[in-house]
This record gives sequence, structure tokens and C-alpha cells, in this order.
Amino acid sequence: MDLYRAHVLVCGGTGCSSSGSAKLIERFEEQIAANGLDKEVKVVRTGCFGLCEAGPVVIIYPEGTFYSRVKVEDVDEIVTEHLLKGRKVQHLVYVDHKTHESSVQKSLAEIGFYKKQQRVALRNCGVIDPENIDEYIAFDGYQALGKALTEMTPEQVIDEILKSGLRGRGGAGFPTGKKWQFARASQAEHKYFVCNADEGDPGAFMDRSLLEGDPHAILEAMAIGGYAIGADEGWIYVRAEYPIAVKRLEKAIEQARDYGLLGKNIFGTDFSFDIHIRLGAGAFVCGEETALMASIEGRRGEPRPKPPFPAVKGLFESPTNINNVETLGNVAQIILKGADWFRSIGTEKSTGTKVFALGGKINNTGLVEVPMGVPLRTIIEDIGGGIPNGKKFKAVQTGGPSGGCIPASLLDIPVEYDTLTSVGAMMGSGGMIVLDEDNCMVDIARFFLDFTVDESCGKCTPCRIGTRRMLEILERITEGKGQEGDIEKLENLAENIKNSALCGLGQTAPNPVLSTIKFFRDEYEAHIKEKRCPAHHCQALLNYVITDKCRGCTLCARKCPVQAITGNVKEKHVIDTQKCIKCGQCMANCKFGAIIKD
Amino acid sequence: MKSLADLQAIRAKTLENINMRKEDENAARVVIGMATCGIAAGARPVMLKFLEEIKKRDLQHVTVSQTGCIGMCRLEPMLDVILPGKEKVTYVKVKPDMVERIVTEHLIGGTPVAEYTIGAAE
Repeated sequence: MDLYRAHVLVCGGTGCSSSGSAKLIERFEEQIAANGLDKEVKVVRTGCFGLCEAGPVVIIYPEGTFYSRVKVEDVDEIVTEHLLKGRKVQHLVYVDHKTHESSVQKSLAEIGFYKKQQRVALRNCGVIDPENIDEYIAFDGYQALGKALTEMTPEQVIDEILKSGLRGRGGAGFPTGKKWQFARASQAEHKYFVCNADEGDPGAFMDRSLLEGDPHAILEAMAIGGYAIGADEGWIYVRAEYPIAVKRLEKAIEQARDYGLLGKNIFGTDFSFDIHIRLGAGAFVCGEETALMASIEGRRGEPRPKPPFPAVKGLFESPTNINNVETLGNVAQIILKGADWFRSIGTEKSTGTKVFALGGKINNTGLVEVPMGVPLRTIIEDIGGGIPNGKKFKAVQTGGPSGGCIPASLLDIPVEYDTLTSVGAMMGSGGMIVLDEDNCMVDIARFFLDFTVDESCGKCTPCRIGTRRMLEILERITEGKGQEGDIEKLENLAENIKNSALCGLGQTAPNPVLSTIKFFRDEYEAHIKEKRCPAHHCQALLNYVITDKCRGCTLCARKCPVQAITGNVKEKHVIDTQKCIKCGQCMANCKFGAIIKD
Repeated sequence: MKSLADLQAIRAKTLENINMRKEDENAARVVIGMATCGIAAGARPVMLKFLEEIKKRDLQHVTVSQTGCIGMCRLEPMLDVILPGKEKVTYVKVKPDMVERIVTEHLIGGTPVAEYTIGAAE
């Protein structure tokens, strides 16, 4: 391998790939060669940098210059200016939303978005080439596996994980070390170690990014876990909708086998372990462990009652341990740096860091990793850069369809498993959807319930029928047909579903409804009693009104598809609310801002 | 791969190539003026020579980067060597055959090659 003076890192995660980063790489390679720099400058495709909002992202080392929203046309300029002459291309350098400071003089770690983050699981994402096992090894890869196999007994490995306090990052937050202990205790000829990469929460994409950006970290953790519980075979259950992740995993497995890091007698010990991939079709319920195992076995992806727990009787009737991708992303670091180091990050009961996928009404859409226990406000305002367009923050939805909403008044709570649960939300997999004053909370509840109704597998009655009844009530409310007593009916149904559904999907499905009722009951009441949507979001409950600002230009009347607007030239126009279909065309086209929602 | 030693070997080999991506405050920096004037005066062969010498001697914690014109075009090719915690030292009219001494005496030894510096030229 040659020594290069500069590395051009281009994000190859799904976000930046869809905004054209593959073409950028091509163009960079072309232009670098054309300028005779191919012996000095290397182009590397990495995983996700996290700041997806600013994609496609390009970082040039050794300076650490952070270019955002780079287009193919910009490449020539970066090559001739930055790489050839050493002058940073100022107008392409990332500018902080909040401080409006350009990052020209700063290193990556000083940019607001990264300053308050601490990367453990995502440590290599955006830093190494995920398709090159040597780069992973250079950044301490497979050292932890070597240490575990040659210096530690399986019990010691489990002990270290237990002591670290690592809890499942996929949703429920069960202690990982305990899980491993149970699986270790089961006696059987064959055991399995499964990685749950069936990431299904709308808005969550940390597992995808981790698999895309650092696939070897997951393989290494699975091998360590396999050694700890006594498994000789691993399975990764990943959705087919993640083609880049699947491709990189396949490549990584192949490379690890070539190096003897997977297969027989790893590091010359008696331990043998191999990993297979199973593609899922993307059903939400297959993220539930028993449904997931059924799907791997080739059966219909439906959950079954527990016990028996997977640790006793799991995949192919054998003891099985299942961990989420992000959980596994922490394992190698814990083995390498020790449980005490991990405990020093985060809080007493929630140790380490957590990755969140920021989405919705927020400036810095993307992936962030913070120590547990930071205030929610830090994530939204400092790292996320606040709400765009000067709108007011209303709530943040965490935990996806199983979670709840946290209102502005609770923005200072620390983000950890137990505090989130205590306010009716949950950590979940870490999706965070930020809502502003234009979002209707009833409609948000309806949206998530619509998702669970769709994704319910139909095996148990409470989930199949109960969630549908709830959805019908919510739809009724948003359409202005809400009735007195609907809120109580929703609460009643929700409690019953929570107590009687078979699996986690049904048991948590009512959470978005319950938490929005808890914090935004007044919005529900306004819909039902006053037939009014306070956020002016629900179409059936709003009217478009022309104010005195109207100059009578007739544009709205001409744009209206149903001729609901009348009026003479140079006179104020009027909307016939009976005819109006509330398409919003008039408001969008008015040049004087004379039309408002009421 | 049969042992941890094999793993270490791969690690060491690759690390020198991607070291620059780690935030390293202890890195020594070689900054070469690569504006039109610098390039015309022959900065590129100088830089390539630096890369070659650094690789040959397996030096960790050194980055080679480039900068624009600092205005003294008559003294190009110019370059700065900045050791951690020390003042920068500027070399002028550098030729590829001068690089080896700068690397051994300054980057490794810590003593600037006085006769090549801007102080000597002025």
C-alpha cells in the first residue's frame, strides 16, 4: 500500500448515496488522475458521517476540511483548488445552522453538530473504508476478539459485559450480560448467536448506518458473543430494503473468513464460529425475537408466547441469544477498554452512549451519538441545531410506534431508559422525530397507529382488532366526527390491548395514543368539542379565509380547481366553504399573503 | 491468520497509511506551499520526496499537507515544518535532494537545518 498525503473521504451511506455520492467518487478519481495526483491523494468511500442533512458529505484529511452538499460540478474545483493548490473551497465548506459559523478554521470535532457527541458505537463510521478489513484492523479491529479468545474465559467475557451495564439498544433495554448468562447456562450441542438487524421503526436508521459504515464491528462482536455463550453459528437477520448494508456485510464476512477471523480454530484456539445472513422482507413484527427466529427458519414471521425464552429454546429449537446491531457495536470496545471505562460514560443505570436518528422538523437531520443522561434539550437545540423556519418546538416523538411524545415542558429531562419510560415515552431503538407548532398531535397518534395496524401480524385478537378500533376512533376525530367519550374509549382500549396482546408490537402499540392524550389532551378536546384543529393541520377541520390584505388580483380564483372563489377585479374575494375542497392552492399562490387557515 | 501477532502485523502496516484520519495533537506537520508559484518552482517533486522519506523511515505522527501562496514567490518552493509544541520553521528554495536532511535532522532529530531556513536566505 502506498503512502498518500491526503485522503478524500466520501460518504457512502444510504443517505448520501441517494443524493449522488457514487458519482462524486467517480468524478474525484477522474479529476485526481487528470491532475496527476493519483499517487498522492486517495479517495475512500466510508460509512455515514451522521450529518445526513448536509449530504453528500466530503471530508479531506489531513486538514479535516468538512465539505457539505457537494455536487458533481463542484468536484473539479475541490481538486484544482484544495488538492492541487492547497486552498480550501470556502463556499462549499459546511456552515453551522445555529452559529452561522463556517467550519473553515475548525477541525471536525469542533463543529457544533459533533462537539457534544461521543462516538462509541459509531466510532469508525465515516472514518474507515467499510469494505477494507485492513482499515478496521488498523483501528483496533479484531483486537477484542483476540483478547477474549486468548486471555479470557467465556465467563470472564460475560462478567465484563455484565459489569459494564450495557443494555439492549433495540428497544426494551434488557441487560446484555444477563442475556448472555442465560444462554450460556443452557446445555445443548448447538447454540446460535443472532444479530437482529430488522430495524423497523419509522425514522430510525442507526443500525443501517452501523452495518454500512462498520460491518466488521458487528461480526467481531458476534464472534465474541458466540464464544461467551458457547455458540458455533451466527445469523444476521437484515431487511432486504438495506441493499448497501447487505452487500458490505457479505463482503466483510468473506474477508473475515479469508483472514481466518471467522471459521475453524480462530486465532489457533478451539473456538470455531461462522456467520450467515438471512434477508427479511421488511415486516415490522419480524423485529420481535420469536417472529424473527421463525422467519429465519423459513416459517411465517409470527411471534409465539414466551416462555420458553430463546435462551432455552430458540432458533432451530436450540438455545439462542439475540442482540440488536447497536448493542453489538459496543461490545468490542468494552472488552478492549474494560467495563469501568464504559461505566464512566452515561449514568448509573444507563451506561454508555446511545445513537439517535434525528428527523422531522429539525435543522441537522442525521445520526447523533451522545452519552446517556444528556438533557433532551442538548440533543434538539445544540446538536440538532433547533427548529427550522423560526417555528416553535412542540414535542419530540421517541421510540417510534412503541414510544411516545415528550412535550416542550419536559425538554430538560435526561435521556436515559428509565426517565423516558417514566414520562410515557421510551428509548426504543432511538428514532427521534421532532414536531413543531404545525404538527397536530392527534394526527401524529393516528399516523403511528396506522403503521401498527398495517404491520400487525394478525395472530392475536387484541392487536389485530383492538388497534384497528383505536385507529377508527382517531380517524373519526381528525375528520371532525369525534364524539363525547372518545378519549375515554381510547384510553380503555389502550389499557386492554397493552395487557393482553401477545408480543411487544401489540403491547406497545397504544403508547403513542396514550402519551399524546396525557400531554395534549386539550388538542383532542378541541377536535371533538369545538371541531377545531389547533395546529391547523387536519384538513376537515380548517377553513381557508381571505383577509383584508386581498387586492382582488383574481389569481386565487383562477387557480381554484373547483371554482369556490368569487369576487370582482380589485375587490376582496370570498371563498365558498361549502364548495372548497381545502387543497390549499389559493394560499400557495397568493402573492399578498392574504389567505390564511382558520 | 493464526495468532494475535499476525493481527498486529496487519494493524501496524495499515495504520501508517490511515493515521492522518485520527485526531492527533502530537503530529508533526510538513506544510508545503503549492500555489501556482510553488508548483512552478518545483514544489511537487519536493512533496513526493517527503512522502517517500516518511514511508521509508516508517515515521508515525507526521502529516504532509499543502497550503497556498504566502507572498514570497521568489523564495519558492517553501515549506513549514511544525513540531508539536514548537515554533514553525520555514524552509525556502527547497530541492528534493535537501529533503533527506530535513527529515533526519529536523523531523526525527528535532534540530532545524539552519542553512536551509528562511533566516539563512534573507
